[in-house]
Amino acid sequence: MKFLKYFIIFIFILNFQNNLFAKDPSALINEIVDEAAAVLSSEDPIEAKIIKLNIIAESSVDIEGIGMYTLGKYRKTISEDEKSKYQKLFRSYFLKSFSSRLVDYTNPKINVVSQKKINAKYTIVNSILEATSKRPQVKIDWRIYTKNPDKPLIRDLIVEGLSLARTQKEEFNSIIQNNDGNINALFKTLEEFIIK
Amino acid sequence: MKKTLSIITILLLTFIYSFSSFAGDDGKLNLKNKKNGSYEVKDCFEKVNRGIFAFNQVIDKIVFKPLAKGYRIFPQPIRSGTSNALNNLSNVVTIPNNILQGQMKDAGVNSARFVINTTIGIAGIFDVASYYGLKKRDKEDYGQTLGVWGSGPGCYFVLPVLGPTTVRDSIGSLANIVGGDAWYNVTVANDTQYFSEVDYYSSRLISGIDFRAKNIESFDSLEKNSVDLYASVRSLYLQDRNRKIGNIDETTETLSDDDWEELETQ
Repeated sequence: MKFLKYFIIFIFILNFQNNLFAKDPSALINEIVDEAAAVLSSEDPIEAKIIKLNIIAESSVDIEGIGMYTLGKYRKTISEDEKSKYQKLFRSYFLKSFSSRLVDYTNPKINVVSQKKINAKYTIVNSILEATSKRPQVKIDWRIYTKNPDKPLIRDLIVEGLSLARTQKEEFNSIIQNNDGNINALFKTLEEFIIK
Repeated sequence: MKKTLSIITILLLTFIYSFSSFAGDDGKLNLKNKKNGSYEVKDCFEKVNRGIFAFNQVIDKIVFKPLAKGYRIFPQPIRSGTSNALNNLSNVVTIPNNILQGQMKDAGVNSARFVINTTIGIAGIFDVASYYGLKKRDKEDYGQTLGVWGSGPGCYFVLPVLGPTTVRDSIGSLANIVGGDAWYNVTVANDTQYFSEVDYYSSRLISGIDFRAKNIESFDSLEKNSVDLYASVRSLYLQDRNRKIGNIDETTETLSDDDWEELETQ
């Protein structure tokens, strides 16, 4: 009976700690937006900015998960060696593409407006990229992977309703399909992108 | 001959406009496989389409992009006013499509917006209706209406100059020139003393340039970071059309994808 009492207290404390350390998905977005804005508006040279942006991406984006998603049906048919090679290439590709997209912005202003929990694993955070004199306001939604509530990770960006991950997936699948299902064609394309 | 040329020109401009209204859309021919709320779209003539896409890229670089950059030189109020006026004009296609899709409330709001902005807003240059609480609604077209009625997209293909489309969206665009677009009717189809063909063609061309000007950086970024630009544009076009036909705003509804549920990295 005494054991049961201690057990209940233990579970209660564990649950309390989980709630205490669980990170709110909106807070994650606010945090990385602030960090990225500080990097982008700094006087650092572009190379230094890219390094800092990559550090932000590695800690807040589920690069492995996105990599597997973008492989689509092929992730089930390739060997473990190919999977491992792909993961390495994808990480380099993703980071280069990520920093290259962001580095052109000098001081982007993104405001989180709401969030909606889809299920235990995903929450969508809705935000607005403020308009500038060159372009109108842009609606950006973030798919946050929340399986581990202590460490939520970004899995997709949905710009005006268009998913970047899905676009990437269809792009990669097109390359593989047009080369008779040969995954090496995708490896070659990614290698070329990384070194260019 | 002149009439044929006019029709071809209108089709081209319509396609430029529909391309611009997407930023990346979608469309295909094998409609049977409905998955995740969207049709599997077949790229029936991919090799030919890729050739036309490459040609369009060249045209964009030497014609549309420079025009868009030039357009950006105009002060922001002039560009906003132009954009507002063109948006206001698009209501003459949106309102009948609201009705055809059974969106009576939207039809009412858009009609009120059109009357207020055309009169008090001086030909739509000023969006006075929004000030009175009549917020802007999404644009609708005949391709979307066919989609809402259950028509699948058909083959995805790329038209010279006009860009990506599907069989359904092309048929929808044709409806504009057979009486479905009041602006076309008073400028091109009927000889009125108030408007001429030039007014119609100019409005279409400026719509395309206005859109391109708003997306110069987005297109550049897409081009720079794509490993298969053709496939990216096809995906974006199809996603956009699917979202518009479903009249979906909620991201949670548009992007259900079993792949996400399968992947465990934590």
